[in-house]
Amino acid sequence: MTGKAEQTRLPVRPQTELSETRPGKKSKKPFQAHYHLMLMPGIILLLIFSIIPMFGLLMAFQDYKISKGIFGSPWVGLENVTYFFELSDSKVIIRNTLFLAISKIVANLIVPLVFAVLLNEVRQRAFKRTVQTIVYLPHFLSWVILAGIFSELLLTDGIVNRMLEVFGIGPIQFLGDNRVFPYILIGSDVWKEFGFNTIIYLAALAGIDPHLYEAASIDGAGWRKQTRLITLPLLRATIILLATLAIGNILNAGFDQIFNMYSPIVYESSDVIDTYVYRAGILDGQYGFATAIGLMKSVIAFVLIIFSYSLAYKYANYRIF
Amino acid sequence: MVRSQTISAKIWYALLIVVMVLIALTSIAPIVHTVAVSFSHKAYAAAGAVSFWPKGFNLYAYKQIVADSKFLHSFMVSVERVLLGGAINFLMTVLMAYPLSRTSEQFGGRNAYMWFLIFTMLFSGGVIPLYILVKSLGLFDSIWALVLPSAVPVFNVILLMNFFRGIPKELNEAGSMDGAGPWYMLFRVYIPLSLPSIATVTLFSIVGHWNSFFDGMIFMRSVEHYPLQTYIQQLVVQMSISTMASDPNKYELMRQLSDQTLNAAKIVVAVVPVLVVYPFLQKYFIQGILLGSVKE
Repeated sequence: MTGKAEQTRLPVRPQTELSETRPGKKSKKPFQAHYHLMLMPGIILLLIFSIIPMFGLLMAFQDYKISKGIFGSPWVGLENVTYFFELSDSKVIIRNTLFLAISKIVANLIVPLVFAVLLNEVRQRAFKRTVQTIVYLPHFLSWVILAGIFSELLLTDGIVNRMLEVFGIGPIQFLGDNRVFPYILIGSDVWKEFGFNTIIYLAALAGIDPHLYEAASIDGAGWRKQTRLITLPLLRATIILLATLAIGNILNAGFDQIFNMYSPIVYESSDVIDTYVYRAGILDGQYGFATAIGLMKSVIAFVLIIFSYSLAYKYANYRIF
Repeated sequence: MVRSQTISAKIWYALLIVVMVLIALTSIAPIVHTVAVSFSHKAYAAAGAVSFWPKGFNLYAYKQIVADSKFLHSFMVSVERVLLGGAINFLMTVLMAYPLSRTSEQFGGRNAYMWFLIFTMLFSGGVIPLYILVKSLGLFDSIWALVLPSAVPVFNVILLMNFFRGIPKELNEAGSMDGAGPWYMLFRVYIPLSLPSIATVTLFSIVGHWNSFFDGMIFMRSVEHYPLQTYIQQLVVQMSISTMASDPNKYELMRQLSDQTLNAAKIVVAVVPVLVVYPFLQKYFIQGILLGSVKE
């Protein structure tokens, strides 16, 4: 394909012909072998650790036994998938996954937006930078660490419950109550990520022409009016872009977080596809069954990602490469 | 009229600053609390009497840690994976980003490789096939199981490739006039010119390696091979969470048995390295994130 394009273009590119005549350059395109060589180690590693496991997906259609391997295990068609939907757990798991993922997506779009718009009003640059530095930090801490911290904070006699006691509330079993726990998951996720998620909004805000605000304030528009009529409309493209790209995450409820914070008492409100796949596959050794559920999730996610990126490309001219 | 407006504006502004300070405090309060607990006396911590400043200050928990060979060993496993994994990630990123930053006219295979990378980024075999692969390669309990599956950070390759494409083409032409080959161009021209971007992606992979626990949990069968995050996940977090959610009768007993100051100290030790690289990270990552939007 590229070779053809090359041929049709060559005649109008005399420089290329010139370089061809230089000694030691036989090829029209120099260094091809070097480029392939540079890519080779990475490509080999990807073949082994990304592509070979994809063939392992065949076990989704098998009653996979590790002793018999992919070639010896009996084929069962879609039985693994139909079995999952027959389980009473499946409805709960799908509901939890969608609820947690969608709530996090929405909250992680809105909270950082509000925060960025407010922070943008701060005039002292040093103060602004300090606040940014502090709120970005939790993003870089792992859920293992944060679960360790939160499990201590949220104990029935922990610091949060002691603070609530002053107001006559509680004690609340934050991590052991199915009515509360999902909101702890959403809230702590927003706490961890809101700062980091402001980066893109702040960049967009920095791109707004200050003359617009000057003109508006001369016309007598206050802060609220300026925000409503200038800031938000100009951020709209960014918001829509981020929302579109988030579509691909609609089945990602956040494995690392849930895995580190949940326990059997709250499975009812927090068991999601990824945690279920882990327990069924790695812990119970139902490899074929767990792979089938994982594959189902990946296929849906893949379709959603392609859909959302093509939307983003079409309407916002966004592309990753 | 004008005056009252400025007064109300001033009040709003003061309120805004207060809200910003409160939000910033909320972001670090949990960490400050944990540090305070780690330096407190065991009895105060168990009674829940510690807020944001140590009570009954002592170094008991840290002395315990220094004597805990399993913990120290896990720490070293993490250091090892960060150095090895970070180095491999760096090499793979620069080696792949450079040829991919050539146009498809300069490098015929470029688009095919690109689609291959995108495909591996969008689709994966999932955790179980990888688990079985690592098992059958005999990599269980080996440090390579922690660094090889994530050896190629595809997203970083694409970020850096986009950055390389922004480097003026004239430089490249000047280079090839002087007879410089691609290896020379990459290591002597492109890498020195893109240090901030390379620092960003490398720091991201270092923090990623330091923070990951899941691979250690499924690929390492004994505690002595656990990286630090896996150690903390298995020996601190799971215990606390199950204490939390266990029935009220057991709760009191479990609560007395668990050593909160020691747990807090282990968490603090695991956070410190992130805090150490954070200023460097913070210097570059905003650029790094906005890098993705660079267009030709």
